[in-house]
Amino acid sequence: MEFFQNTNIDFLGKKWYFLAFSLVFSVAGILSMAFWHGIPLGVDFRGGTLVYVKYSHTPDIAAIHAALDRAGLRNARVQAYDVPSNNEVLIALDIQETSETALDKGKTQIIQALGTNAPSGKVDLNNASSSTIKNFLIEKDPLHAGADADAKYSPIAQTIVSFRDKTKSGVLGSVDDLRGAVDPAVVGVLQDGFYVSDYGVRNVEIVGPQVGSQLRKQALLAILYSLLGMLVYLAFRFELIYGIAAVVTVFHDTLITVGAFSLMNKEISLTVLAAILTLVGYSNNDTIVVFDRIRENIKLMRREKLADIVNRSINQTLSRTILTAGLTFLTVLALYVFGGEVLHGFSFALVIGILIGTYSSIAIAAPILVAYQDWRANRGKRPVAMPVDPGKREKVRAKA
Amino acid sequence: MTKNLGWKLIAIIGTLLVFLFGIFGAPNNWSRGALAAMTNRIHLGLDLKGGTHLILQVQVNDAVRADAERAIERLKEDLRNRKINYAEISQPDAVNAPDKIVVMGVPPESSSDFKSIVSDRLPEYEPVSGAQNAWTLNMRPDVLTDLKNRAVAQSIETIRNRVDKLGVSEPVIQEHGLGQYQILVQLPGVDDPARVKEIMQSTAMLEIRQAMNGGQPYPDEQAALAASNGLLPDGTVLLPGKSIGGTDEGSRNVYWLVSRATAVAGRDLREARVNRSADTNRMEVDFTLTGDGGQRFSTFTRNHVNDYLAVVLDNKVMEVARIESEIGDQGRITGNFTEQAAKDLALVLNSGALPAGIKYLEERTVGPSLGADSIKSGVRAAVVGMMAVLIFMLIYYRGAGINADVALILNLVILLGFLGFSGATLTLPGIAGVILTVGMGVDSNVLIFERIREELRNGKTPPSAVEQGFSHAWITIVDTHVTTIVSAFILFIFGTGPVKGFAVTLTFGLLANLFTAVFVSRVIFDWILSRKQRGEALSI
Repeated sequence: MEFFQNTNIDFLGKKWYFLAFSLVFSVAGILSMAFWHGIPLGVDFRGGTLVYVKYSHTPDIAAIHAALDRAGLRNARVQAYDVPSNNEVLIALDIQETSETALDKGKTQIIQALGTNAPSGKVDLNNASSSTIKNFLIEKDPLHAGADADAKYSPIAQTIVSFRDKTKSGVLGSVDDLRGAVDPAVVGVLQDGFYVSDYGVRNVEIVGPQVGSQLRKQALLAILYSLLGMLVYLAFRFELIYGIAAVVTVFHDTLITVGAFSLMNKEISLTVLAAILTLVGYSNNDTIVVFDRIRENIKLMRREKLADIVNRSINQTLSRTILTAGLTFLTVLALYVFGGEVLHGFSFALVIGILIGTYSSIAIAAPILVAYQDWRANRGKRPVAMPVDPGKREKVRAKA
Repeated sequence: MTKNLGWKLIAIIGTLLVFLFGIFGAPNNWSRGALAAMTNRIHLGLDLKGGTHLILQVQVNDAVRADAERAIERLKEDLRNRKINYAEISQPDAVNAPDKIVVMGVPPESSSDFKSIVSDRLPEYEPVSGAQNAWTLNMRPDVLTDLKNRAVAQSIETIRNRVDKLGVSEPVIQEHGLGQYQILVQLPGVDDPARVKEIMQSTAMLEIRQAMNGGQPYPDEQAALAASNGLLPDGTVLLPGKSIGGTDEGSRNVYWLVSRATAVAGRDLREARVNRSADTNRMEVDFTLTGDGGQRFSTFTRNHVNDYLAVVLDNKVMEVARIESEIGDQGRITGNFTEQAAKDLALVLNSGALPAGIKYLEERTVGPSLGADSIKSGVRAAVVGMMAVLIFMLIYYRGAGINADVALILNLVILLGFLGFSGATLTLPGIAGVILTVGMGVDSNVLIFERIREELRNGKTPPSAVEQGFSHAWITIVDTHVTTIVSAFILFIFGTGPVKGFAVTLTFGLLANLFTAVFVSRVIFDWILSRKQRGEALSI
C-alpha cells in the first residue's frame, strides 16, 4: 500500500498562501493573548488553590457557590470537572486567597464551607483519614482486641479507606456500604461516631506566589534553552541558516499552539508546558527529514536552482513526512480521547502542535532557506550556504 | 554472514530476557499475577498511587539570627571582662539582615582593643568602624553562605528523621534545586497530610530559661511593660504561654518574662518519653538531657535555688516551676496534651530541632481514587494508540510491518524494563511518554522503510536496497532523536514530579528506539533476506 507516489507539487510556488495562513493563525493568537484571554496560565504558574471534590450525586453548582459565599469566599470559581457522570467539581481560589503564611487556609475554608449539615459530634467518614478511623476503633474496640488493638485496627482502617477510595471512587453513599468489606461489628460501631457526607475531596493543588513566579521564570528559560539547543545542534549538523530556519519554524509552531490555548481559554499547566517542550524537539523531526534530503540532493543536482531542489526534496520525502507525523498523531489522538481529564491539556497541545509542526516543516522551514538564498543573490553574493557533509564542507565551498 | 546473524539473534533474545526480568522480576514473584509483579518492580509516581507533594522553604535567616544572637551574648561578656564601655549592641534589621550587628558608643581609645576582641572571639564577623563611635559587624559572606546551607542540610536530616519515625514508606526528601533554600518532600500514600505537615513544621526548639517576676505571668504585654517602666529589664524577653496552675489552667493567654539566655537548649536533649501522670491522669512528656547539658542544668539549678525556671518550646512557655533544689538531667513538659499530641511532641523532640523555621510554598495532594482512575485511562489510551500503530504498520508495509511491530514491542519492553531496573518513577505524563515513544519510535521504521521502497523503485536489488535504506536513514534518525532528547533533557532539569517522569520515559524510550528500530529491524531483514532466493521480492 502506498499513499503518495511520485507527487510533484510546487510547494514553494504557494509560499504566499502559506505565509497568509500562518499569519492569520499567529496574529489571531497574538491578539487573543494581548487583548482577549491573555495567556491563560494554570495554577502551577499563577499560584492559587484548587480543590477537586467528588459528589455522590449530581453536584448543584449554584448551591456550592452559595455555601462558599456564606463562608466569605466570594471570588471562588466553581465548575464541573471531567464528564458529567463523574459528579466532580473543581473549586478554585485565586492567588490573593493563597498566602504562604498559611498555605492551606483556603483549602480548609472550602472544606468547612461544604460540610454544613453535619450531625453534631460525628465525623465525616468520606473525608476521614485512616488514623482517625483507627484511633476511633481502638477507643471503641468493637472486636475486643484488648492489648492488640493497634495491630488489629490498623489494617481494618486501611481497608475502609481503600474501599472508599478505590472501590467506591472516593465517596461512600452510607456507612452501610462498608458491610461486606469489614466486620459487621466494626460497621455498627462506626455508625455511632461517623456520618457520611455527600462529597469527598479527591485532589488538592496549592501553589504559593513564590513557587508560581519561580515556575513562570523557569518555563520561559526552559523554552529558550531548548530553542537555543536546537539552533546550536542544527547549525553544527547543517549550516547556521538551517538552524535558524528550523528554530524560526519551531517558534512559529509554539506561538500558534500557545495562541490556540489563549483563543480557547484553556489553561496552560506544567504538563502542557511539557507537551510544548516536547513539540520544540519533535516539530524539528520533519524539518530535519526535509533538510537531510535537500543536503543530499544539492550534491546530486549541482546545476539546478535551489528552489527546484527544495521542491523536489519536499516531494520526495512527502510520504514519510505525512506518515511519521500521522502515526504520532494517531497515538496522541488516542491520548486525547482516552487519556482522561488530567492529560487533556497535554494531549490537546500535542494534537495542535503536531498538525502545525508538520505543516510548517513544509510551508515555513523550506521557504526560509530559499528566501535567504535569494536575498544573498540580490545583494550580489555567491549563492552558497549549501549544506554538505560537515567534513567535506570546506572543499565544496572552495569549488563553488 | 549467517553465522554472524545467529550471534545477533542471540544478543537480541538476551536483551529481551534481561528487560523482561526488569519488568516482572524473577519467576518466583509471579504468583500474584503479571500486573502485581510489574507494579512491584516499577515505582509509581504520586499522581498514580496517591500521596502528598510539598515544597517547603527553610527560613535560613532564622538560623543566622540565632547565630548573631549568640555572638552578641559572647561579645557583651568579653567587653565586660575587658572593661570596654559601649552604649548598645543590637541588630538593626533582624528580619531582613540578621547578619549585621551594630555596636554603639565604643570610646575611640578602646577601638584597637575592640577590634582585637572581634578578630579573636568573633572571627566570622568583619568589623567596620562608622560615625559617632559606632561599629558595624558584618558576617563574612562565605561564613554566611555556609551557615545557610548547613541550615538546609540539617533541616532535611531532621525532617527525614521525623518522616521515618511516622512510618511513611518510600518518602522522597531532598533539596529542591530549582528554588533557594527549598526542600522537596514527597509522601506516597499518606492520607492524613495535615498531621504530617504539622509534625514536619514544628521547629521543636526546646529551651530552659530562667523565669523572672517570681514565676508570675502578666495578663498582656502592656502590663509587663508597665511593671518595668516601659522598658523590659536588660537580658530578658517576654514570651507567650497559657496560664499555669489555678482553676483556669491553660485557658488564658498570658505572657511570661524570661531570661534571654538559655540554660539548656534543644541540642542538649538526649531523649523524650510520653508518660501519663499518676496524679492528674494527664499526658506529659519527660525528657533526659545529655551529659554536657545535664551538667549545665545542674549548675544552673544549683545557682538558682528558689528562683523559677521556664520550659520553652518553640518560643512558647510550656511550664514554669520553682527550683526547690539542684536538679540533675531530668525535666518534664506538661500541658493539655491529647495522647496523639504528646506522642507527636515526643517524636519531634527525639528527631532533633529544626535549625530554622520552615514555610510551605506548594502542596499537592492526590487522592488514591484519582490515581486509580488515571492509571485506567492512561493504560487504555496506551493500548488503543499502540494497537492503532501496530495495525497500520501491518496494513501499510505488510511483511515489513511485522518487522516494525516486533521492533516496537521490543522497544516497549526495553523501556518498561529500564523503569524496573533504574527505580525511576512512572507518572501519568510518564505513561503519556510511553505512548509518545510508540508514536515517535515507529517514525524511525517509516523513515527506513520509505527509503528502502525508494531504492527498490530505483531498481536496486532487495539486499542492496535494505543496505542503502538503513545507511541513509540512520543519520536522519540520529538527528531527529537528538533534537527530541535535547528538549526532554531540558524538561528533566526544569521539571519536578510528574513532568520529570515524562522526560525520563521519553528519553529512554527514544534511546531504546535507536537499538530496536535500527539494529533489531536490520537483523530481522537480514534474516528474511538470507532465507530468500536471489531476486525474490521483498514484502514491504
